[in-house]
Amino acid sequence: MKSIADIKAIREKMQAQIISRDNESEANEIRVVVGMATCGIAAGARPVFNELVDQVANRGIKHVKVTRTGCIGMCKLEPIVEVFVPGQEKVTYVHVDADKAKKIIDQHILGGKVCTEYLVGDEA
Amino acid sequence: MRELALHVLDIATNSVKANASLVTVEITAKDNLLTISIKDNGKGMSEEFVAKVTDPFTTTRTTRKVGMGLPLLKQAAETSGGTFDIKSKLGVGTEVTVTFRLDDIDRVPLGDIAETATTLLYPDMDFVWIYTVEDRSYTFDTREIKEALDGVPIDSPEIIAFLNSMLKENIESINGGLVL
Ligand SMILES: Nc1ncnc2c1ncn2[C@@H]1O[C@H](COP(=O)(O)OP(=O)(O)OP(=O)(O)O)[C@@H](O)[C@H]1O
Ligand code: FES
Ligand SMILES: [Mg+2]
Repeated sequence: MKSIADIKAIREKMQAQIISRDNESEANEIRVVVGMATCGIAAGARPVFNELVDQVANRGIKHVKVTRTGCIGMCKLEPIVEVFVPGQEKVTYVHVDADKAKKIIDQHILGGKVCTEYLVGDEA
Repeated sequence: MRELALHVLDIATNSVKANASLVTVEITAKDNLLTISIKDNGKGMSEEFVAKVTDPFTTTRTTRKVGMGLPLLKQAAETSGGTFDIKSKLGVGTEVTVTFRLDDIDRVPLGDIAETATTLLYPDMDFVWIYTVEDRSYTFDTREIKEALDGVPIDSPEIIAFLNSMLKENIESINGGLVL
């Protein structure tokens, strides 16, 4: 069974990476933000957050931070994911589920192409 | 909500918004009773405010006129033979306690507590999770994790993913085959 004792090995690996990371990569960090007000949580934001984290962790993606925020202001369109790429305009994805979250990582974060089919449509 | 664990995530989010530095979540399943309490040391509420806080029209949020988190949890508890209680003191903190009868057919399943806990990992705020089934208990304390991490952020994706699988294994073992 996994325990706190296992953290040491992961920590040592990560500390080495943090040291080797230069300032330039810090400035290039992409932020992926999941809306987690009550409406977001009820609509399925938690599995979306965890899928994004799993994708970034399992695929060893280094320049991405996944975080939460409260209300994004569009209850009916939750779960909502916002992607902030430095130097580019914010992209807002709506009605996101775990599958869409994976596609956002593949196409947008790694491939650099916005997933236009998940943007706010006429319903906004 | 589909899982009680989602209510826990939502109620704990209130504690985050109340600037708590420590939140203790206790989940106990014993003798046909499921008790969940969420206690924080955040800014708290006045007596008058607490008295009306389970009315959906009581909220300090500005983006919509109704608050839903507490009323929804109260309803989930009271429609399945359970209880809801909230205590709060300005400047001291807040404690929300709900109970459910484990065998009530209207009770919402407990759901994925591991995923809820790992959605609530913050560098500048701590959580203690105490998970008990009958006489078996497991405690997850982010202060201990941070000490072991020695400066590596607790909300790094690799760490969140590891803690998620660690919690899943430990909770399953405490459950001992029981589905809550
Ligand atoms: N732990 C807490 N500490 C301090 N104040 C709280 C706490 N929990 C709730 N409150 C207060 O009670 C109000 C109602 O909470 P509730 O969760 O029902 O709705 P909300 O958080 O305002 O909106 P929603 O949960 O629907 O996104 C909050 O706006 C806040 O002012
Ligand atoms: S309250 Fe629903 S998005 Fe803000
Ligand atoms: Mg709330």
